[in-house]
Amino acid sequence: MSGVRLLVGTRKGLFVLTSDAARKDWKVDGPHFGGWEIYHANGSPVDPNRIYVSQSGGWFGQLIQRSDDGGATWQQVDHDFTYAGEVGDHLWYDGTPRPWEFKRIWHLEPSRTELDVVYAGAEDAALFKSTDGGQKWVELTGLRTHTSAPKWQPGAGGMCLHTIILDPVNPERIFVAISAAGAFRSDDGGVTWQPINRGLNSGGIPDPDAEVGHCVHRIAQHPSRPDTLFMQKHWDVMRSDDAGDNWREISGDLPTDFGFPIAVHAHEPETIYVVPITSDSLHYVMDGKLRVYRSRTGGEQWEPLTVGLPQEHCYVNVLRDAMAVDTLDECGIYFGTSAGQVYGSADSGDTWQALVSDLPPICSVEAQVLP
Amino acid sequence: MIRVVLPPHLRTLAHVSGEVQVEVPGEVTQRHVLDAVEARFPMLVGTMRDRGTGRRRALVRFFACEEDLSNESPDAALPDRVARGEEPFLVVGAMAGG
Repeated sequence: MSGVRLLVGTRKGLFVLTSDAARKDWKVDGPHFGGWEIYHANGSPVDPNRIYVSQSGGWFGQLIQRSDDGGATWQQVDHDFTYAGEVGDHLWYDGTPRPWEFKRIWHLEPSRTELDVVYAGAEDAALFKSTDGGQKWVELTGLRTHTSAPKWQPGAGGMCLHTIILDPVNPERIFVAISAAGAFRSDDGGVTWQPINRGLNSGGIPDPDAEVGHCVHRIAQHPSRPDTLFMQKHWDVMRSDDAGDNWREISGDLPTDFGFPIAVHAHEPETIYVVPITSDSLHYVMDGKLRVYRSRTGGEQWEPLTVGLPQEHCYVNVLRDAMAVDTLDECGIYFGTSAGQVYGSADSGDTWQALVSDLPPICSVEAQVLP
Repeated sequence: MIRVVLPPHLRTLAHVSGEVQVEVPGEVTQRHVLDAVEARFPMLVGTMRDRGTGRRRALVRFFACEEDLSNESPDAALPDRVARGEEPFLVVGAMAGG
């Protein structure tokens, strides 16, 4: 293995960080698409040089960029994310019906097996698919037209489809998560969907265990155990061992169970990571200390990881797509903060270093192992 | 030829610097000018006007001859000086945000 590449999406452009396998010295390249919001950039598991970027802004809307050479050059591909067919209503913040309106792409998920297949998660919530490398996008309408959809409501960040997991074993199975509708699963390649929110309990909605309406922040899966899912919800860290049919809480001894990202160790399917923040009204880490919490027991028992992370006067947040792991023998883990720091650990989280410190606020981090 | 000044981000997307010039068949209206710009630079489709409705994006403004024409009908004739190529049609990112 020759090294690792991090794709760091920020409020003001894309940055690409590269290192050799030691992961001590990092080269920072960028900004690409300076001035634009990069909600997400993600590389293909089939060919890491194929990278897709969601480029958006309040002035000029949504664009998608693609690189076939690892980010050396880019080409703008299609950005027509028109909802297919009749556009229904969802609930607005005040409980009134509101028509679906496209705002941006939050997440891009390239296929595990087909270079030109890629999925895009939209706000307002919908799932799009391209089979030609982004030259044309088609909505998988079964999700947006689910019978529960008129009851979906935006979270504070918008009604976004932010998580897409393509099952590594069953090619017909897709998981998605929407704020604030919840988690959904398709077992037929995205044609039909079912909510998978049994066991979630959310105090912020009238019926705490409703079928939909939960503000799921992120879901993570280890490829070796595709039926085990880990979830960071608005409040609560959750786990399912039956592909989302049932969830149970694993917050255990976390000091707070509010947060956004959750990640699974590349080689230890029971080792998971979260970055708890103080509360829903205090979106920064507790007590001025930036602590990643790791569980080696699949939840319940957690340990703070602090070596190399600021332990005073730190009031940052880590967004849902801003944590990633690499697959080198000693698993690397990375995250980016709302204050523009990227931290990395080359030893499963035992020790950390700041890879770069003064980027714009960070929306997303993805890690690629380069051949 | 109609002179059009694009904002910096759109010039980057279109791989141009400075003004662009487009041929506008028929009456010189906002709609026809933008149609011509999008035809020449298809990467800009959707960046100035909503792709579905054709309406101006909220934070895009259209200026010409020291006038704000953003809220004029897209089918209204643009000023003669724009139609004669003496003044540019300006596409502007609104002052907003940080």
